[in-house]
Amino acid sequence: MMGFQIVVLWSDMLIWLLVAAGIGVGVLIAKTPPLLTAWRRVGANRVGMASATVLLAFILVGLFDSLHYRAALDGKPGQKVQYAVEVLSALDALATPLRTRSEKTYSEPFATRLYAKETVDVPGRDSVREYPRLKYGGRHLGEHEDEVAADAAFTAFRAGVLALLGWLALAGMAAAVVGRDSVIGWQRIWRGETAFAWNAVLVTLGLILLGVVPLFWLSGQYHVFGTDKVGQDVLYQVLKSVRTGLIIGLVTTLVMLPMAVLLGIVAGYFRGWVDDVIQYIYTVLNSIPSVLLIAAAVLMMQVVIDTHPQWFSTAAERADLRLLALCFILGITSWTGLCRLLRGETLKLRELEYIQAAQAFGVSSWRIIIRHILPNLMHIVIIALVMDFSGLVLAEAVLSYVGIGVDPTMTSFGTMINNARMELGREPAVWWSLVAAFAAMFILVLAANLFADAVRDAFDPRAV
Amino acid sequence: MLAYIIRRLLYALPILIGVNLVTFALFFVVNTPDDMARMQLGVKRVTPEAIQKWKAERGYDKPLLVNAEASGLAMMTETIFFQKSVRMFVGDFGHAEDGRDIAREIGSRTGPSLAIALPTFILSLIVTVSFALTLAFFRATAFDFWGVVLCVAMMSISGLFYIIGGQYLISKVWRLVPISGYGTGLEAWRFLVLPVLIGVISGIGSSTRWYRTIFLEEVSKDYVRTARAKGLPETLVFFRHILRNALIPILTGIVVVIPLLFMGSLLTESFFGIPGLGSYTIDAINAQDFAVVRSMVFIGSVLYIVGLILTDISYTLVDPRIRFE
Amino acid sequence: MLRIENLRLGFTSGKNTLAAVDGISFSIAKGETFALLGESGCGKSATAQGIMRLLPAAGRVLDGHVSLDNENLLALSEADMRAYRGGRMAMIFQEPATSLNPVLTVGQQIGEVLRRHLGLAGAEAIARMVDLLRQVGIADPERRLNEYPFQFSGGMKQRVMIAIALAGEPELLIADEPTTALDVTVQAQILDLLATLQAERGMAILLITHDLGVVARMAHRIGVMYAGELVEVANREAFFGRPQHPYTQALFEALPDISRRGQLLSTIPGQVPSLSAMPSGCRFAERCIHVMPVCREQSPHWHGQEEHVVRCYWSGQARLANSACHEVSELGVSTGKGFLVVDGLKVHFPIRKGLLQRTVGHVRAVDGISLSISPGRTLVLVGESGCGKTTVGKALLQLIAPTAGSVRLGDNELVGLAGRRLRAARRHMQMIFQDPFASLNPRLRVGEIIAEGMEALGVAGNAVSRHATVSALLGQVGLPEEAGDRYPHEFSGGQRQRIAVARALAVQPELLICDEPTSALDVSVQAQILNLLKKLQGELGIAYLFITHNFAVVEYLAHDVAVMYLGRIVEQGRAEEVLRNPQHPYTRALLSAVPLPRQEGAAAVIRLPGEAPSPANPPTGCHFHPRCPNVMEVCRSRYPGKVEVSVTHSASCHLLT
Repeated sequence: MMGFQIVVLWSDMLIWLLVAAGIGVGVLIAKTPPLLTAWRRVGANRVGMASATVLLAFILVGLFDSLHYRAALDGKPGQKVQYAVEVLSALDALATPLRTRSEKTYSEPFATRLYAKETVDVPGRDSVREYPRLKYGGRHLGEHEDEVAADAAFTAFRAGVLALLGWLALAGMAAAVVGRDSVIGWQRIWRGETAFAWNAVLVTLGLILLGVVPLFWLSGQYHVFGTDKVGQDVLYQVLKSVRTGLIIGLVTTLVMLPMAVLLGIVAGYFRGWVDDVIQYIYTVLNSIPSVLLIAAAVLMMQVVIDTHPQWFSTAAERADLRLLALCFILGITSWTGLCRLLRGETLKLRELEYIQAAQAFGVSSWRIIIRHILPNLMHIVIIALVMDFSGLVLAEAVLSYVGIGVDPTMTSFGTMINNARMELGREPAVWWSLVAAFAAMFILVLAANLFADAVRDAFDPRAV
Repeated sequence: MLAYIIRRLLYALPILIGVNLVTFALFFVVNTPDDMARMQLGVKRVTPEAIQKWKAERGYDKPLLVNAEASGLAMMTETIFFQKSVRMFVGDFGHAEDGRDIAREIGSRTGPSLAIALPTFILSLIVTVSFALTLAFFRATAFDFWGVVLCVAMMSISGLFYIIGGQYLISKVWRLVPISGYGTGLEAWRFLVLPVLIGVISGIGSSTRWYRTIFLEEVSKDYVRTARAKGLPETLVFFRHILRNALIPILTGIVVVIPLLFMGSLLTESFFGIPGLGSYTIDAINAQDFAVVRSMVFIGSVLYIVGLILTDISYTLVDPRIRFE
Repeated sequence: MLRIENLRLGFTSGKNTLAAVDGISFSIAKGETFALLGESGCGKSATAQGIMRLLPAAGRVLDGHVSLDNENLLALSEADMRAYRGGRMAMIFQEPATSLNPVLTVGQQIGEVLRRHLGLAGAEAIARMVDLLRQVGIADPERRLNEYPFQFSGGMKQRVMIAIALAGEPELLIADEPTTALDVTVQAQILDLLATLQAERGMAILLITHDLGVVARMAHRIGVMYAGELVEVANREAFFGRPQHPYTQALFEALPDISRRGQLLSTIPGQVPSLSAMPSGCRFAERCIHVMPVCREQSPHWHGQEEHVVRCYWSGQARLANSACHEVSELGVSTGKGFLVVDGLKVHFPIRKGLLQRTVGHVRAVDGISLSISPGRTLVLVGESGCGKTTVGKALLQLIAPTAGSVRLGDNELVGLAGRRLRAARRHMQMIFQDPFASLNPRLRVGEIIAEGMEALGVAGNAVSRHATVSALLGQVGLPEEAGDRYPHEFSGGQRQRIAVARALAVQPELLICDEPTSALDVSVQAQILNLLKKLQGELGIAYLFITHNFAVVEYLAHDVAVMYLGRIVEQGRAEEVLRNPQHPYTRALLSAVPLPRQEGAAAVIRLPGEAPSPANPPTGCHFHPRCPNVMEVCRSRYPGKVEVSVTHSASCHLLT
């Protein structure tokens, strides 16, 4: 067993803080019946629950990628242990084969040979130009290179059977939870009689398992999504991109939330000059087109980072801090919408009679805000949180393309697309990196959008 | 009416000043000109003399806010704040890193930007509003359901995909139009078709859904019930009553972006090699040309504020309640 | 002419369809007014929409037959049905403010109907529109055709709605609560207008209403609906003379009235059963005082003669026994010195305009009123909407800062008080609000809501004693103790209003300001709340400032009355004096405009023209002079001073000087 040193990046801290907050809010919801009924409505929404299952799978990947460490280097016993400069995560450890088995350069999905001709010395003959064999992809086939399809199909089939077995076990557990007797539970699930949309969750889970298990089984033998310019496995890059997307989508909203909520409520409740000042601030910020504001802020941040290299001990730390700074910048440019919404809603709420009743008792303003106004605005905050997520994930890709996104060394959907897009012009085109990144992003964003719709329907009775 | 517009214009002034202060703070207070010089010249091998020279060439060697060495009015004018921020109000944006006059460059680049942005804007509006109106008309049917599904799917696709995919399919595989470039005169349309088409398609998802929500909100209003109780056919109810009322919230969203069309689109222009303001901005960002980025931030804000004022004016055209106040 | 047979209408929610209207049958003859009477949620509006085939998206016609002159409306294609809608049958709605399209001119909106049903356009159409507007009593019709709805007042908007309905020359007019959103004086105008138009045109009218007074004013025949069913159909004489169904009788008994002063109103216990849990027997059985075992088993059939049929097993004829009407022992209160004295109270809201948002004028919501309230008595502040009565209530509590004047509680001046001392003063007075659905925070438990005031004012010390107090308060307002752990949404409107009363009582105030506490409630529930308030006054000796526009409530509850018009009090005195011997023309007109729920409830004797002007720009001289039937020259120039009619009775009118 190698020793290791745990590394807690700032973004890790925020991610786990979010998880803790999520659990805390969950407990709070369980204790507050009005909130619980709204969430039950979300739970009854089939599309919503199916997309939640997909999101959960992504989040799981992201969480595994948020446990960082530095491995100990081999050294003589008795010496002070040295740690590697490279910061790895639990996901890296799990996907070690994917991470380490790099080829020389591009290779197609399921290929056994490189995508470019090279001059190879063949023993006994002169050097020839040919497509060299890959170091890892399809190595187990040996001479039988042409059997890729049969071999892959057979492996996929075996994995599929395993996935099916695993799914049956999960479904059985769900049935046991639903009914006293698992047969009854089973029937209730499939007839859609359960309050929670178990059938949707189970179907989605089945599809995920059927997709993911064969994929990972195969990825041990092939580069299922191919390799990129430096020969790195594309599947591995996709997995690493998930965390970046999640952080951008979640932390940004978290950063802007306190400010938007506080200023929005204060402006709406106290009105007068407080309102004027807050409105002025958000109109000014709103006036600057957001891409340009982000561009300017990121440029400035880059100057700060580049002129202070002494602040960061590892490249990972620098990339991480740049990611967080990006979240802050995105947050500052996007809080105005929520703030305006909350201000308007507070203006309406403060005229409601229960607020006036509280005022008639002489309840202090801050207590009214916390007890009466904030809880009645929570649904707007929650809806904003889930609605913003997908937009932010998409924005990351665009910003990284423009060059004002995450650190170029950090894997993200945006950097993947940016690195791969020029290769589409090659003859024949190198398409797999792009397709993999777009497909993964599409699934994540679609799930987020559908989940957001379910949440909005459940919390906003007015919405159509 | 005139007083209303003048009042709106006066409201815009403090906002413009605020924007100017924000950009000033962002570009000169967060980082000192020394930092920028060090960054531009390369962090490692840089001498104080080189920094001084860099600053002097660009007029960054003055004090930030108050020039204690000068006297009289020059105390205020011989400063970075006055030279670089205040003078933007009169359209003096200074010079880019390559020495060209930014104001002139901007003037010559608005044409290509508009050539893409304006057709995209108008076509999108027509397509999405009619699609949304159709969906709302057939609300709660299978057509509506699958239309919404299509919208959600389309808005879940990255804008980059539309551009890259469109370029690949139409220009590379089918070879219908050139991949990128820009021409003048009659030939220009061959370069414009693809970016405009992609711009329209990539916006369909979210805009249609938004307009549909607005239409459906109007459908449930009492006056619609009155219109139906008159025996009007459903098409008339939609085009005469609902569309007119829905125009008010729709205008809020669209009039404000009309002036911003001058700025062009960052992504489209850079992908298609259009020599407009969008690609100008992107090039400036990549070259870390602070003067250009600063100018674009300011111009963008001015155009946005103009959009706000136009929105207010357009209200008076569609909403009699405001017109008669 | 219109025949409805066994009509069933339902609303879908998810996979279920709940029948909101369950098998009703009635018919309307030419020139007749048929009133469909019922409390909220009984399905009367759904019936009207079903007849027009204008049900909302979730609504379905499940079964039945609707025919107009033997043409089956439910079998028509949608296109054919449109020829009927707005043509032979037209409809007007409850909310004139939202029922007109805000961005089209009145002329455009009427013109649509003319073009659609009569094929009129151009000058001919304009001439017809001018004629129509004149018929509905809109002055200067040529100019007003080009105006937008927001330029019309509430009553005028409803007149425009009527003009739109009349444009297609309908034979049947369906009026869905046409005057519920309007003031009594305007209501009287609209009802008169409808009656006149009916007489001229021989239209049939289907009048949907919850108001027995409106029924008495308008209806030839009446159908009473309860929980989706008709329970009694009778002509006018039979209905007001011998109401037979226990529900109808209970409705009459629950009405507050001057003849019931000092008595408890009879109430209908329980609530309307929910649509998803309709009993299989008589739907009223659970709340009926004459309930028999058979009622719960099978739904009763119709019986009775042609002009008066009823759906009930009980055949007793007698009115309710007096057992439900207990005498309330009134405290022997003297009309001593008022403990709350209001003097010259003014609340002005600035109007800002122009470039610099300068204050160019003031909305004089409250413009110098003086009141005094004695312990244990009820002062009713009565007036039409917009007269500033609600503002008075809030200004007394210092929820709105008064512009001028004084509010003295005991020896303390409240105006200008702040912080701790204001909080201490607030212990003595509390408020009950109009809308029971907006006055309780949906996110707090009932117990927390009630305890809030005690915590804020530091009345009950620790948690244990506070819990005990909450339980006692819930008992006092007639709610079970466990209600404290539940959330407001689990309670009905009446129960919520009880919770609001308990919340106010928690700090043991001596004065309760009740701002229209029953106007959002059905008659039967209103009776429960009025009884509760009366009982509490008897037990605790609380004084009430009761703000209302409902004269029945005034007559039933008031010790003293103050009548407000446009921010000022025009008449005040003891209830008997003001009601029996009104001095101010406005008071007289108001009293006369209230439709009485009796057979002889005839048209208003005194009709007020127009509507109350805006308090931003009150008329010169006496505010009331543009509408006053007795207007004199002096009224136009000088506001009248207060004239003492007796020691306790005064009015402000030049007629008295």
